[in-house]
Amino acid sequence: MSRAVASVALVDRVQAGEPAAIARLISRAESGAAEVHEALARIYKLAGAAHVIGLTGVPGSGKSTLVGKLTEKLRAKGAKVGIVAIDPSSPYSGGAILGDRIRMSDMANDPGVYIRSMATRGATGGMARAALDAVDILDVAGFDTVILETVGVGQDEVEIVRASHTTIVVSAPGLGDEIQAIKAGILEIADIHVVSKCDRSDANRTLIDLKQMLTLGLRAAAKSAWQLPVVGTSTVSGQGIDELIVAIEQHRRFGLESEAGQQRRLAIAQFRLRKTADNLLLDRFGAAIARASAPLAAKLMRREADPYSLANELLNSSLLREPDHEQDPRSKIA
Amino acid sequence: MNSPIRVLLAKVGLDGHDRGVKVVARALRDAGMDVIYSGLHRTPDEVVTAAIQEDVDVLGVSLLSGVQMTVFPKILDQLKKQGADDMIVVAGGVMPDEDVAALKQMGVKEVMLQDTPPQAIIDTLKKLVAERGPR
Ligand code: B12
Ligand SMILES: Nc1nc2c(ncn2[C@@H]2O[C@H](COP(=O)(O)OP(=O)(O)OP(=O)(O)O)[C@@H](O)[C@H]2O)c(=O)[nH]1
Ligand SMILES: [Mg+2]
Repeated sequence: MSRAVASVALVDRVQAGEPAAIARLISRAESGAAEVHEALARIYKLAGAAHVIGLTGVPGSGKSTLVGKLTEKLRAKGAKVGIVAIDPSSPYSGGAILGDRIRMSDMANDPGVYIRSMATRGATGGMARAALDAVDILDVAGFDTVILETVGVGQDEVEIVRASHTTIVVSAPGLGDEIQAIKAGILEIADIHVVSKCDRSDANRTLIDLKQMLTLGLRAAAKSAWQLPVVGTSTVSGQGIDELIVAIEQHRRFGLESEAGQQRRLAIAQFRLRKTADNLLLDRFGAAIARASAPLAAKLMRREADPYSLANELLNSSLLREPDHEQDPRSKIA
Repeated sequence: MNSPIRVLLAKVGLDGHDRGVKVVARALRDAGMDVIYSGLHRTPDEVVTAAIQEDVDVLGVSLLSGVQMTVFPKILDQLKKQGADDMIVVAGGVMPDEDVAALKQMGVKEVMLQDTPPQAIIDTLKKLVAERGPR
């Protein structure tokens, strides 16, 4: 692809489903450069048709393998499936090994499946905003179902899957704690619970524990509200995958037809706006604030000033100045 | 926000030697790059599909099975057909000198064989991406 192509010029090509254009626009979205805003604004308005499924669970619980099997079944029903798989960046180097794709390699050559790996890039990396932009791009490219996989640790990762239409939380037997989702604090966000690896003999215990916990009213459900399904799956035997697809379809319809679904979509929009605003704020003023704060630190160290007054001063003066025009040199248009 | 360099490391065909590719994956990760590993036994077409979907800066193929002269032409050809002409393709593993020359001739940007120190691989990839410029 030509390097000089502007992001807005990619939108039509994304709509036509051109893989290289989809790929490049996602990269530009990840870079967060101002140049891509107009293209993403157009993408947002074109999107909205896809059913977005968020899937989370502790590391190693079998998420990627399950996404692979789910995708195979959805493909057999004729759906086109987009996948955004997010793995953590190393806090030390900022780099990442993105390994989810390996588990989905059975569909490696199917044009009806699009897999994109993303790294979390630390708290200020704008991952949440970029992941949701990527979902919209795949939506506009014609993928009817888009699946987001994140590890269920870290606030951003959990919030992203909550920003999907249907949230699946995966628990696995044999990972120490009986229901690891409780420890990770993600049990409450599920629309559908999965206990994975049900080919293992200890899976039954995890299933029973989870069901018991749910009936104990961990999430007290009103009568008209969604009845939380618990599905046992095995990607080895294929058990439960069809059942999971039925549950997903039921939840999709519930989301479209219920008042709760309407509320959910409003909450997602709110989250989206907030994340985007957070990012723009950091983009525009982050560098200026960092620069301006360095010379003030000495004052703070000598306790001649307090952090609150100084921070307020900094914010007031930075926000009044012209925004920083520094941007990612790699995404600048040549 | 500076985007990290994205790299797809791939193993193609029956070649099961994955020690080297894993060493390289970790080294690149520790140098701040985003690394996607294909896993073993992929076809050239699968590797190209993945490289395009992931929009990597560098496609690195690790080969210790001697089939480089059939694998790389297929990969380069497929990349061109799919309009991914700005992707940097590099090779590593075990292969004879005459093949290295031929591979570079056909468009493989660099070939890094056994005993290449990880730091040299990191530096080479950074240099190649910098030379290519923004995209
Ligand atoms: C260890 C080894 C094995 C192990 C592999 C274990 C594993 N999981 O990796 C085992 C015992 C399983 C094995 C099996 C075989 N092996 Co063997 N094996 C080796 C050996 C001794 C070392 C390879 C190694 O791990 N090196 C250490 C790593 C760190 O080095 P590396 O892989 O070269 O990687 C470095 C660079 O090449 C580079 N690099 C590697 N990949 C990439 C990718 C990119 C993008 C970049 C930039 C750089 C890069 O960076 C790394 C760091 O410097 C080599 C001999 C040799 N000197 O290379 C033979 C060798 C590769 N094996 C060979 C053969 C023939 C086989 C078998 C066919 C033997 C048999 N008849 O059964 C089988 C095939 C198995 C299979 N399915 O592929 C031949 C290959 C001949 C050829 N290419 O023409 C070799 C060269 C031995 C020889 N001299 O005959 N092997
Ligand atoms: N027995 C059994 N093992 C499974 C099943 N599903 C996945 N696994 C294994 O569990 C391990 C982790 O699987 P992944 O799909 O990579 O899990 P993940 O949750 O995506 O992992 P991360 O992305 O690293 O958090 C692998 O070794 C899989 O082979 C299953 O249904 N049964
Ligand atoms: Mg995974």
